[in-house]
Amino acid sequence: MHLPISDKIELNILHQNSHQAEKNKVKFNNYNLLCLNIMSSPGAGKTRLLEITLEDLSKEFQSAVLEGDMTTNLDAARLEKFNIPVVPITTGRACHLDASMVSGGLKLLEKKINPDLLDILLVENVGNLVCPAEFEIGEHFKVALLSITEGEDKPLKYPIMFREADLILITKVDLLPYLNFDIKELKSNIKSTNPKAEVIEISSLTKSGFDLWQNWISKKIMKFKNK
Amino acid sequence: MHEVDMTKCLILSIEEWAEKKNKEKIVVEKINLKIGEFTCVEPISLINTFNAAVLGSWLDSSEIIIETIPFEGKCSKCNRSYFPQKENGYKSPCCNFNLEEIISGRELKIASIDFKEK
Repeated sequence: MHLPISDKIELNILHQNSHQAEKNKVKFNNYNLLCLNIMSSPGAGKTRLLEITLEDLSKEFQSAVLEGDMTTNLDAARLEKFNIPVVPITTGRACHLDASMVSGGLKLLEKKINPDLLDILLVENVGNLVCPAEFEIGEHFKVALLSITEGEDKPLKYPIMFREADLILITKVDLLPYLNFDIKELKSNIKSTNPKAEVIEISSLTKSGFDLWQNWISKKIMKFKNK
Repeated sequence: MHEVDMTKCLILSIEEWAEKKNKEKIVVEKINLKIGEFTCVEPISLINTFNAAVLGSWLDSSEIIIETIPFEGKCSKCNRSYFPQKENGYKSPCCNFNLEEIISGRELKIASIDFKEK
């Protein structure tokens, strides 16, 4: 045996995932396809958000969905009624989507439709405020949902998720009159964690704020297409 | 348990590195990681997961060493560096400004690998 040698590497632990995420992004770019990674805790309203969003979005843009779910295809089934390509990705015990799962989902999507025909790919991540924050999938933007029933302190308790998000949607705001909830405090906590994030308040029940969200998506698609 | 997936990525990266070194002729002793405080990684969980994953493999005798990198921000008003605290919303203690720039704490790195040639 020889003396020990120390080899300096300085490589990201998630290098393998980041490498695949970069490959996914190149594919999305080649297809001129904007990809949003939609994340939140379970029950914050991701699937309902997509249901309402797709009603209007489908009139203007060609959309597709990759639907991450741990054990069922229930969410994917809810979205198939919009006559758009929906690919369920069942993660099994994994509590987040990673870049290779999205790559697999994209391959299945390519069998359903030529992605050149699409404008936007909405990826619904697994409901979790921790793991999805660290695993890039090749997305262009990260959208985090936070429902008011979760409490004002969540941006401070799960800072990585809210720090990484480009847009934060505060959901279920129709419940504000019935809860002892301080939305100013929540917004202050979001600002503390991520001063650069855009914030939109929405309600899937009254549809308030959906015009702003749809407008945000439209602008991002148009800017991406004209880049 | 994202540490399981992180471990998978980590082992794949070590395998990739080892192939270049001629894997059959080396013994990995230590894998030195730098983990920032402002990440989703629990060092103990990562070590335990790694130890379980490499059991009986060529990495069985290797050890994970973690250097924790402090979470440090920079005040965007006065440029002083500070250690952000959850309790005051990560604001700078000097000017009470929101945390805009993170200097360190987001690291998830394999810094180096110590090995011996057989």
